[in-house]
Amino acid sequence: MASLLHPSQTSNPYNLKPGEVSSGTTIMAVPFKGGVVLGADSRVSTGTYVANRASDKIAQLTENIFCCRSGSAADTQALTDYVKFYLQQWEVESGRPATVKVAAHLMRKICYQNKDNLSAGVIVAGWDPVSKGQVYNIPLGGTCIEMKCAIGGSGSTYIYGLTDALYKENMGKQETLDFVKKSISHAMARDGSSGGIIRTCVVTEDGVEREYIPGNKLPYGP
Amino acid sequence: MSTLSFSLDPSAAQTTPSQRTQYPIVTGTSVVGLKYKGGVMLAADTLCSYGSMAKYKDARRIRTVGTNTIIGASGEYSDFQSIMDTLEGHTQDDVNYDDGHKSDAKSIHSYLRAIMYQRRSKMNPLWNDLVIAGSGFLGYVDKIGTTYEDDFIATGFGSYLAIPILRSKWRPDLTEGEARALLEDCLRVLFYRDCRALNRIQIAKVAEGETGVVSEPYELETNWEGAGFESTKGGMEGDGGW
Repeated sequence: MASLLHPSQTSNPYNLKPGEVSSGTTIMAVPFKGGVVLGADSRVSTGTYVANRASDKIAQLTENIFCCRSGSAADTQALTDYVKFYLQQWEVESGRPATVKVAAHLMRKICYQNKDNLSAGVIVAGWDPVSKGQVYNIPLGGTCIEMKCAIGGSGSTYIYGLTDALYKENMGKQETLDFVKKSISHAMARDGSSGGIIRTCVVTEDGVEREYIPGNKLPYGP
Repeated sequence: MSTLSFSLDPSAAQTTPSQRTQYPIVTGTSVVGLKYKGGVMLAADTLCSYGSMAKYKDARRIRTVGTNTIIGASGEYSDFQSIMDTLEGHTQDDVNYDDGHKSDAKSIHSYLRAIMYQRRSKMNPLWNDLVIAGSGFLGYVDKIGTTYEDDFIATGFGSYLAIPILRSKWRPDLTEGEARALLEDCLRVLFYRDCRALNRIQIAKVAEGETGVVSEPYELETNWEGAGFESTKGGMEGDGGW
């Protein structure tokens, strides 16, 4: 029982101000042979009220790069706007599409330099012709780490064991999609701040496929 | 009321720390109840949360007391269990005395009001909001000893989300099926909009002249097919969400 945080510590993990809206959330991204799969739940909460039960937490940064948002909805929306803008500028100035690494490090820079004023945990993932599928986890504070299986948000704490146990290298697209959907379902089943539908996004060389799974057809739960 | 010390040594009673107003740890969310033509009905989900974690998904938050009363509890689950221990003790006393006395919902409601107010006055409340229902009776008692009776009652989030629905759709001549459907509608909205709710629910009823009965838990159907849901909003032209 010592490992479980007391409710007074877990009820405000992002230090949100009263009334501030949070994507208390489960987000996930996993690269596979040929691309990446991103996934997120859809619940946006103000305290214990569900302000939006079908939001979209997967934001598009460029044609082939997306980011999953968690933490303060206002902060992550502002971050996404900035990074989108800077990436557009970057693509014009360099004459080629941005790589995932560039997008992730831009995001990191802003998160790091404003670490005292932001409550945002993001996962930047996408496909580019240089390094193929990549996933970068950027938690609170502005660390940027490339990962083979990135999870984030308040719901992620419930699925560390599950993802550690189920993750395999070199999965195919469908297998990775199923893994992401299953993991997020399990997190949604236990985290009060995650719920609703699962939105997924598969980015490959051939383009982007977005899917949604209704809340009554989840692989597990609620 | 009996008090338990950690040791059996009576002198230890003086050294146990004094209790003060606590904070709840394992909690249940809303309870909703209404009167219908032919009885009363309560509904609640089967979730007890540990802070924001949905820890116990098969908690029974509505129980029968004696033969003709049902109680639903929101708030601290251990305090509800303690209340049930006390009430079941009274029911057993009735059996033992064998004098024909049986508590009814109204008297249990009064008794709980006294208990809750007493605890509140000692600054050590039982952290619950309770709904008590029985033959022709539907009442509310909360952790500070406030009580009222009405044709329909809700606790917690239910007082914000379920009461407006009940005000709009309740009639005194609801049939049992209509009453059940109305309660399910309320709990469905609560599942959509309350972070601490679950779609696995129980419905309990006391029909006129019959014993109280609590249903087995079952899952509510939910609708996720709204037009706005499926479309993605995180595209390039948007602000990245919502």
